[in-house]
Amino acid sequence: MLTLPQESVCSPSAAQPLDVPMLRPPEAASPRACAEPPAARRRPLLARCFRIASARRGGGSAAAFRSAVLGVCRGFILLYKLFAAIMRLVILEDYDQASEWAAKYICNRIIQFKPTQGRYFTLGLPTGSTPLGCYKKLIEYHKNGDLSFKYVKTFNMDEYVGLPRNHPESYHSYMWNNFFKHIDIDPNNAHILDGNAPDLQVECDAFEKKIEEAGGIDLFVGGIGPDGHIAFNEPGSSLSSRTRLKTLAMDTILANAKYFDGDLSKVPTMALTVGVGTVMDAREVMILITGAHKAFALYKAIEEGVNHMWTVSAFQQHPRTIFVCDEDATLELRVKTVKYFKGLMHVHNKLVDPLYSMKEN
Amino acid sequence: MPSNKSVSDAPIAQFTNCRLLRGRRLQREDLWVREGKILNPEKLFFDEKGSADVQLDCKGCILAPGFIDVQINGGFGVDFSLATDDFRSGIDLVAQKILSHGVTSFCPTLVTSPPSVYHQILPQISVRNGGAHGAGILGAHLEGPFISKEKKGAHPEHCIRTFEENGFQDLLATYGSLDCIRIVTLAPEIKRSSEVIQELTKRGICVSLGHSVANLSQAEEAVQHGATFITHLFNAMLPFHHRDPGIVGLLTSDKIPAGRRVFYGMISDGIHTNPAALRIAHRAHPKGMVLVTDAIAGMGLAPGRHTLGQQVVEIDGLNTYIAGTKTLSGSVATMDTCVRHFLEATGCSVETALEAASLHPAQLLGIEDRKGTLNYDSDAGTVMGMVGRRVSACWSKVGSAINAGCICCFTGGSREPHSAQDLLWIFALVIFFRWVLVMLHELFGEAPTSQMSMEQSKDGSTLQSCPVSGVGRNSSAWRQP
Repeated sequence: MLTLPQESVCSPSAAQPLDVPMLRPPEAASPRACAEPPAARRRPLLARCFRIASARRGGGSAAAFRSAVLGVCRGFILLYKLFAAIMRLVILEDYDQASEWAAKYICNRIIQFKPTQGRYFTLGLPTGSTPLGCYKKLIEYHKNGDLSFKYVKTFNMDEYVGLPRNHPESYHSYMWNNFFKHIDIDPNNAHILDGNAPDLQVECDAFEKKIEEAGGIDLFVGGIGPDGHIAFNEPGSSLSSRTRLKTLAMDTILANAKYFDGDLSKVPTMALTVGVGTVMDAREVMILITGAHKAFALYKAIEEGVNHMWTVSAFQQHPRTIFVCDEDATLELRVKTVKYFKGLMHVHNKLVDPLYSMKEN
Repeated sequence: MPSNKSVSDAPIAQFTNCRLLRGRRLQREDLWVREGKILNPEKLFFDEKGSADVQLDCKGCILAPGFIDVQINGGFGVDFSLATDDFRSGIDLVAQKILSHGVTSFCPTLVTSPPSVYHQILPQISVRNGGAHGAGILGAHLEGPFISKEKKGAHPEHCIRTFEENGFQDLLATYGSLDCIRIVTLAPEIKRSSEVIQELTKRGICVSLGHSVANLSQAEEAVQHGATFITHLFNAMLPFHHRDPGIVGLLTSDKIPAGRRVFYGMISDGIHTNPAALRIAHRAHPKGMVLVTDAIAGMGLAPGRHTLGQQVVEIDGLNTYIAGTKTLSGSVATMDTCVRHFLEATGCSVETALEAASLHPAQLLGIEDRKGTLNYDSDAGTVMGMVGRRVSACWSKVGSAINAGCICCFTGGSREPHSAQDLLWIFALVIFFRWVLVMLHELFGEAPTSQMSMEQSKDGSTLQSCPVSGVGRNSSAWRQP
């Protein structure tokens, strides 16, 4: 293997003395070896790359050049993947498959992050009927021993104001019954806004602070309302808003009435919610959209412009967004869009296949 | 996981992989217990940020509230109506042993006895909570001496008294102190019973009607004055008659004050009551059914002679008679046997059967806020059982380790249908015994081979009691919910 600096082999007129032992006798320095690109003589770093490349390939300058170029290309692709903006629209057949894909993605992300004591994986969590399937699947992975939430911190998106914490429709009860009860998360790491705090704005600011102290959110999972809202950021909310108190729109109150025995007077009218800006600060966002009643909102979010009347559209400007939906939710999209993203499913499926497991560790 | 419990540092136990009897049905939930109380895990999670210190896998068992036995005369050689020097250790022994039957609270019952016995024994009974050491004592149940001579059953006639002369003062003089008395059984046809019932009810003592020849109107009057319980329905009372239902008519009486419920105790061992009578009572008034054992000192002991107060009784299998007669006197059935038999005889759900032994007695005594349920903040006396089969070991060690009150365990694997091999064996045995009977009949001609036993009571009516077949009792297990 060549260990000599190229200069001393290829240019006998080099000024520096040959203080490096010659591992190959000078007669083995074939003219071919001197046919290195002249750039190598003037750029030591590049030369070193060629050296590594040719070392891997077992010698040969053309091969070395080829492998060096390939390596550089791979490096660029890696850099691109890390820093470039990606929007994925993952279209599955039905609700169950969409929930499973989303759960697998979250599972893989947590496991690949390798969370430990002092280095927690922060997850933003939604409520409502859409993520129920995803939660069930995550619980299943936990019960099988494939996933542990011991080093995961969670931040919920919203909570009603004025509803007692143990009310069956409060989001505390929802998260407890549908998720926290079944997993091994540390109670100190599960953060939900307190809708009964004495000073609501202080509570919101404290929540923002907690997110900041946790190092920001790695993956924010969210849903979408029929009016295109994310969390309780109703149409008209500022797209740079932070966690705050919000009065609910009539649409939302009507949608929620089914959880309060259809009695509109029992539905809370105000809620604390993370802002669009807060979710945009997350390193990655995954939005779950299932059902035909969300189809128009998805259309507005993806195919129309960024608009504060459809606050989910703000995520067109987020560097890493994944929209996970089922066939019904794509009913309002152009056929072209649906075909394009369905054609990418083999790429999307690489994110969830293979499904990692903590058992291997 | 580091726990940060602000309320208490006591260890928290979490029972997982079980079915809880909560809200009248079996639910797949975990049971959280700390310091003998059932915790609300949501509150623990959000308010205290606490988590479990010990997790116990129940392997699919049913977790039910501990059974409450409001009529138990003794057991394991201990007779609660016998004043001995080591009475306290006797009661402790029974308390400890009945844990394995699933009973976590009980009312030691005294049969009709002379006043001296009450004065000696009652001060030695103290209300106390249960734990790993034994079931809790809720107070004494005094069955007599103010009962009817005609319906004394196994009670000694010479000790029967009335309070016609001085009313409540007579009762006080007989019992001595009312401190640890929880239930008093009396016959309402005795004069001045109304004022006695009122006085007892005022003091929070539950009044029960039993060992009586009262008719329906006398019984209703007693209920209106405060009586809420019927001691072993059908036994030691006038039989049901369509023109005068007697005490039995209280089950469907329309003269019960609003908001009040009449409970009735039944000994469902298959001997004291025919299963058909059990079904009639259950269907007429399902929410009033309270399962009791009426167990005597011989419960848990080998067949033979034992004492019951002032009498000597003889045990033969599950039958207990006054020595030399055919008068039933208490039972040797255990509470879990009673629950199982009740389940089989009535075909009710597992939840109903369990509630009859836990929730209903708690409601009778007005303690359902802390006993008889698995609601949050109630006492953690629980029974754990698989579907079917016997009770085996007591989890007292686990209970003491986690300081979580009385936890009892039924054995058994999960309910499996009989395999083909089992069925073949059963079939073969049936054929064999039939052959034996036929042979016997041939050999000994028309000799009576009646399996019935007759019970003759004083008033001339006869009751037939059949021993319940062993195969029938053990073959069907509790139904899966």
